[in-house]
Amino acid sequence: MTSGQIEIQLIAVVVAVACALPGTFLVLRRLALVSDAISHSILLGIVLGFFVTGDVTSPLLLVGAAAVGLLTVVLVSTLERTGLVREDAAIGLVFPALFSIGVILISRYADGVHLDIDAVLLGELAFAPFDRLVFWGWDFGPVSLVVMSIVLGLNVAAIAVFWKELKLSTFDPALAVALGFTPALVQYGLMSLVSLTAVGAFDAVGSILVVALMIAPPATAYLLTDSLPRLLALAAAIGAASGIAGYWLAYFLDASIAGSMASMTGVFFVLGWLLAPERGLVAAARRRARQRLEFAQTMLAIHLANHEGKPEAEVESRVEHLHGHLRWEADFAERIVRGAERRGLVVERVGSLELTDAGRTLAADAVSR
Amino acid sequence: MNAIEVTDMTVAYGEKPVLWDVDLEVRKGVLMAIVGPNGAGKTTLIRAVLGLVKPAAGQALVHGRPYAAQRSLVAYVPQRGSVDWDFPTSVLDVVLMGRYGRIGWVRRPGKVDREAAREALAQVGMADLAGRQISQLSGGQQQRVFLARALVQHAEVYFMDEPFQGVDATTEKAIVELLRALREQGKTVVAVHHDLQTVPEYFDEVTLLNVRRIASGAVDEVFTEENLRRTYGGRAALFGRNGA
Repeated sequence: MTSGQIEIQLIAVVVAVACALPGTFLVLRRLALVSDAISHSILLGIVLGFFVTGDVTSPLLLVGAAAVGLLTVVLVSTLERTGLVREDAAIGLVFPALFSIGVILISRYADGVHLDIDAVLLGELAFAPFDRLVFWGWDFGPVSLVVMSIVLGLNVAAIAVFWKELKLSTFDPALAVALGFTPALVQYGLMSLVSLTAVGAFDAVGSILVVALMIAPPATAYLLTDSLPRLLALAAAIGAASGIAGYWLAYFLDASIAGSMASMTGVFFVLGWLLAPERGLVAAARRRARQRLEFAQTMLAIHLANHEGKPEAEVESRVEHLHGHLRWEADFAERIVRGAERRGLVVERVGSLELTDAGRTLAADAVSR
Repeated sequence: MNAIEVTDMTVAYGEKPVLWDVDLEVRKGVLMAIVGPNGAGKTTLIRAVLGLVKPAAGQALVHGRPYAAQRSLVAYVPQRGSVDWDFPTSVLDVVLMGRYGRIGWVRRPGKVDREAAREALAQVGMADLAGRQISQLSGGQQQRVFLARALVQHAEVYFMDEPFQGVDATTEKAIVELLRALREQGKTVVAVHHDLQTVPEYFDEVTLLNVRRIASGAVDEVFTEENLRRTYGGRAALFGRNGA
């Protein structure tokens, strides 16, 4: 690997982890769409910042972008509070408006400057290693790596310091108010992190990937764990893995890096959705199949217990008879009988089934429930 | 001094009044039920006292001072359905949240807090489920966790929003015993309640509410068929045969 390749992957990993942390709280608060809104409307802030400074590298662009990100959240909740539209509609109204103003301003006044729409949506990760931070003759690495490392550090610090407040105001905002906290403040703090992360990341990876990295890895991790610290760690790991896997996918397909990374977040989600140990589709199907078998074995035990010691027992407990009496297909009946034998519920003596003590207990329990 | 004193409480959503000029006095050491039909403003009354909704008029005092100055004296048990039980956390962690108010911003719960949380879980009969994920709890267990979260605040006044809603018989009995234990310690409990039949058995006093306060006082004095009819309209005719 060349150093450029390593640096691109490093940037991808740092961006992915930085996005996954605030993204986890967005997913838990059912605010996933907000990341979409913020990552688009910040374009307006960047353009306005550029008009003020006339410099595309000025840090003031970040400040402007973060401010417009917050403005988005304020506008959405103001619109929602009118009671005229729901939150999803409010989001859908606000961010296209802000984003389109940004687009018009770029196309009208900033044509030819290094601010183009493609870069906004998809980023230019492949070129990131060429834009380096050099001070006093020292090369500190690619600018986006430095910026995103700072953003990542800020996210980690903010979540660590306000861990308790984030958790409480996400789980039960009413209790947070009653206990004297200000969930609204926590909410705006979180949205500031989201804005800042989106601004920092979007220069390198574009707004589409920002959304993908904020939402998909936490949503995938949520299928795999029930603990908040593990959820954050897993989301970060899945995001990082998507970044690296996406880079190599792009390398071998000679395709867009950001696009490939976003696709990988989707691939990981589908894998989790299918294969998650408890919540996955496969696990759910197996659980249903097992329940069906266990239920049928219980039914068999009840059937045998009902006729046990009666004159008809001889007939009723023959394996062939299950077909007619319980309406079971012959091979299904065979499977149930063998399964019940393995569980020690019944024994077969010359074609006739007999309950064991365990089988009798199971039948009695099932009937009394 | 009363535990709770609400005067002229009026809450409106837009122009629609939810509570009209409600007065309420609750003496210390009393178990009081708030009953009334759906949309009567029972939950809103509690939320207004706790500052969760802004009243159009009126004020609420807890032990003689506004709630904001008395937070440490008050515990709140919201409706079980008001939170997302799929939230990734453990039973002990939710109970610890009750301590957050006295811990304050940024600082972490310590050993004392964790001990208090375990003790509260033991009080509601859930000591061995402390490490359980909350997504795996039954409805009755969820309600007990919420009660433990209130107990851990060691408050004087407890507001409960439908603590018996959808719980199993064992949990209902456990909650009733808990309420009695609180009364024995001189604590005050105000609970929104739905099952009219159990009001005389579970509570000392009752407030009948339907946007306005219809009646409030000792159960044997104000819990009359006449007052119920005024609260519920024609529907209360059912009362006496099969309760609510």
